[in-house]
Amino acid sequence: MNTAENIMSHELGLSSGNENDQFLTFIMAGEEYGVDILRVQEIRGWDNVTPIPNTPEYIKGVINLRGSIVPIIDLRERFGLARNEYGPTTVVIVVKVIDEERERVMGIVVDAVSDVYNVAEDDMKPPPDFGSVVSVDFVKGLTTVDEKMVIILDIDHMMTKDDLAGIAQNQ
Amino acid sequence: MTVDMSQFYQTFFEESFEGLDTMESSLLNLDVGAADEETINTIFRAAHSIKGGAGTFGFKAVSDFTHVMETLLDEIRDGKRLVTQETVDLLLQSVDCLRDMLTAVQNEDEIDQATVAAVQGNLEKLLNDASAGTPVEQRDDTGDEAATPEPAGEGWRIHFAPYEDLIKTGNDPVRMFRELAELGELEARLDDSQLPAFGEMDPEVCYLRWDLVLKTDAPLSVVEEVFEWVDGVCELRIEPLSSTGAEAATQEADAGSPAAPVPEAPVTNASAPAMPQRQAEPVVAENPTEAKAVTPKKKPASGGEHGSIRVSIDKVDALINLVGELVITQSMLGQIGDELDMDLDKLEKLRDGLGQLERNTRELQESVMRIRMLPISFAFQRFPRMVRDTAKKLNKEIELKLSGEQTELDKTVMEKIGDPLVHLVRNSIDHGVEAPEVREQAGKPRVGTVHLNAYHQGGNIVIEISDDGAGLNRDKILQKAREKGLVGEDEVPSDERIYDMIFDPGFSTADTISDVSGRGVGMDVVKRNIRELGGSIEVSTEAGKGSTFTIRLPLTLAILDGQLIRVGGDTFIVPLVSIIESLQADPAQINGLAGQAELYKLREDYIPIVRLYEVFGLKPKATRLEDGLLVVVEGDGQKVGLFVDDLLGQQQVVIKSLETNFRKVDGVSGATILGDGTVALILDISSLIQVSKRIGRKHRLPDEPTPEAGPDGDAATEQAA
Amino acid sequence: MAKILAVDDSASMRQMVTFTLKGAGYEVVEASDGLEALQKAKTGKVDLVLTDVNMPNMDGITLIKELRALPNYKFTPILTLTTESGAGKKGEGRAAGATGWLVKPFSPEKLLATIKKVLG
Repeated sequence: MNTAENIMSHELGLSSGNENDQFLTFIMAGEEYGVDILRVQEIRGWDNVTPIPNTPEYIKGVINLRGSIVPIIDLRERFGLARNEYGPTTVVIVVKVIDEERERVMGIVVDAVSDVYNVAEDDMKPPPDFGSVVSVDFVKGLTTVDEKMVIILDIDHMMTKDDLAGIAQNQ
Repeated sequence: MTVDMSQFYQTFFEESFEGLDTMESSLLNLDVGAADEETINTIFRAAHSIKGGAGTFGFKAVSDFTHVMETLLDEIRDGKRLVTQETVDLLLQSVDCLRDMLTAVQNEDEIDQATVAAVQGNLEKLLNDASAGTPVEQRDDTGDEAATPEPAGEGWRIHFAPYEDLIKTGNDPVRMFRELAELGELEARLDDSQLPAFGEMDPEVCYLRWDLVLKTDAPLSVVEEVFEWVDGVCELRIEPLSSTGAEAATQEADAGSPAAPVPEAPVTNASAPAMPQRQAEPVVAENPTEAKAVTPKKKPASGGEHGSIRVSIDKVDALINLVGELVITQSMLGQIGDELDMDLDKLEKLRDGLGQLERNTRELQESVMRIRMLPISFAFQRFPRMVRDTAKKLNKEIELKLSGEQTELDKTVMEKIGDPLVHLVRNSIDHGVEAPEVREQAGKPRVGTVHLNAYHQGGNIVIEISDDGAGLNRDKILQKAREKGLVGEDEVPSDERIYDMIFDPGFSTADTISDVSGRGVGMDVVKRNIRELGGSIEVSTEAGKGSTFTIRLPLTLAILDGQLIRVGGDTFIVPLVSIIESLQADPAQINGLAGQAELYKLREDYIPIVRLYEVFGLKPKATRLEDGLLVVVEGDGQKVGLFVDDLLGQQQVVIKSLETNFRKVDGVSGATILGDGTVALILDISSLIQVSKRIGRKHRLPDEPTPEAGPDGDAATEQAA
Repeated sequence: MAKILAVDDSASMRQMVTFTLKGAGYEVVEASDGLEALQKAKTGKVDLVLTDVNMPNMDGITLIKELRALPNYKFTPILTLTTESGAGKKGEGRAAGATGWLVKPFSPEKLLATIKKVLG
């Protein structure tokens, strides 16, 4: 895991010791979203997954990530956006999520990776209750980079407790 | 340097708990009145090590308590005290107490002072009472530094005449002079008057004597400490320098001739006098590679005579994972090798190499798996004590027989099987073996027997718990089952089925709920725990003769023999142990039941058909039963025909957890990685049957009450069988 | 740097002793009982032996006697580690040829100070 992080940092030409938080951003349905770069383990192309029966649609299945079984979720479907055909730019961002109990690794499917930004703590605004397509639950804050709005995601709550507990499955 | 002692705590706790287990089993083996010397020594050593470690690592309460135990054991060891039943009982109690103390210390909890004080009080009482031995010595904590401070003087005059064999103890006068020189200004006069002629000199004997003057303000005790180790192998007199100083302190009142001071070149500080032993000591060239040799750590007193090494389980699991990866890589290469198109000669060589790789990989995997395997004696060792205590409590006389203790199984399986075993053994003592009088009336020996046996069978370990008690009461069980509505009034199930009912939830045959095993955990929990480990339990019994519970468990939770099956584009693994047979469905044998469920007539039985594609919501190739295959599987005592598209090969798979990064999935016990690197899910047949009932719809199983009526899926399953 | 043979049947004590000695730059060879220690002592000369007294297979006293009987170990310093600070064990140890002793429990500092005293 650490190795993957290190490699990532090198490939993206990042340097540590920066006062600002760094975010990896990606585009989905015309909007730009960011996730904390420290949580990103690697970026890989879309590949076939093994579906998990009786789980919500947005959980696409699991893959073999160097011997670990890692779930993959489709962010568009998670956010209730229109589904998109997976294409050559479709990528899976492998992230580390932390909930109260423990750390997990999961992959999120996004349309395409965009950029890496430095965002100072002060520049981040709390998410407005603006009735956007994305539930406020997933949003950590908003920030503006070059006049563009970037939605900073809270990836720790992509899978709800119910999804993880496996109760009340829709079938 | 400062050393963080906490880094050694874990090892200390591990070895201490191990030591306590050793003490316990040795105490239980001890013949009262005729204690075996080696056994006593083993017990003593264990206590001794705990005390030493506890003292070193600063667990004072533990070392104080152990000290009292050790004193008692020491008296026994020295033959000053006979081993009585009372002593053994008290020592066993002390072992428990110590175990609790160590657990508390380990968890950073409060030690239960009251219990400790009570047990320690009893130990001290025994020590003082019986007065067969010496009273409890006060512990000498600090060695020899307790001397009272004396007034400092100007210094000391020291007469030091080593006996001939001083240097044979490895002591070097130079070392002592060096130490003295650190205390102040040292002047030494050498007396070589005893030096024989060169030809008569024995190089291993010290012929020299010294008179030393040490100008220092160090007290006598400090100076004496320098000579502490040579006390008894030299003539030593220490006197204060100033005539008005403290009265002459004389160490070693040997009336040796007072050293006639022979004028010699005064030796100051550490400049060495000619020391014969310097020449005498052969110098051996050190071999640097040899010096690097790492010492394997031996586990004290734990059965096997081979050396062992303590390794953290994480490291072992990492290794197992890695080997799992290797197995996958190997099978991937194997697949490519099979499909490769190249000239025959090269292909042949490649295939040979791949075959070799496969064999090596398999062997490596087995060896690595074996690291996690431990003899079941680790799980058995608590029983002598438990049986003894439980029998005592119930006024029963029971002999425990253990066999197959060296049978190995996975550490995790062992940890999880402990509690069910305890429950079953308690159950045998409580409900199986009769009271001594009852036994005599029945013409049986007073002393009942409980036998724990273990052996390997195929890829499983079998553990049997048998007793020569009364056996299960068939009629009572049946009556109870009728009361509970588990069996209809006029229904007469087979004996086998009746006995199996004791594993039904909430079923208890004890007339009174006893303190021993009636409460709380029942046989249903035992069965569930065993099932969760992928195992099974069954009981056989004969009225008046006794009962035998037979547990079958996989040797390891890390690998599994699986049958690969295919539904649509997906591959799943069915554990081979769950499979009874596979067959092509004969349309004539398919029956619909009330238009809802399908049953398949398999010889005399009707078995429900579970269409995997429906349960899992997949797109199958075959929807007509005659187009696919039925895999007859058994889970939780129920047989179903699992309908799949096709069977692929069988292979051993490495079990990966879905829960590490995701969660438990109904109907699935885990996942594995196939030769092509993709993930395949491993089916959990028991759970799958439950899901199929819940999702049921038109293929609901026939005996499923309605979901409202049967909230407890387990009960329904049992009823169905 | 001097090479020390540390003998104790308690793994935690061995760990502590080894860690402390290595930290001070000594080379350490471990053994968990007298037999193993004797074996190790024979395969490579050590400069000092630190041994527990009470051990399975071969106790410390016997180990000392065995070592002293070896030409290489006639004068090698041997210290016993003992909780029995009473005269008994010390006397027995010295009679067998021990150089001195270190009373358990001891701190790492005390251990180093004693070793230093002996090895210089």
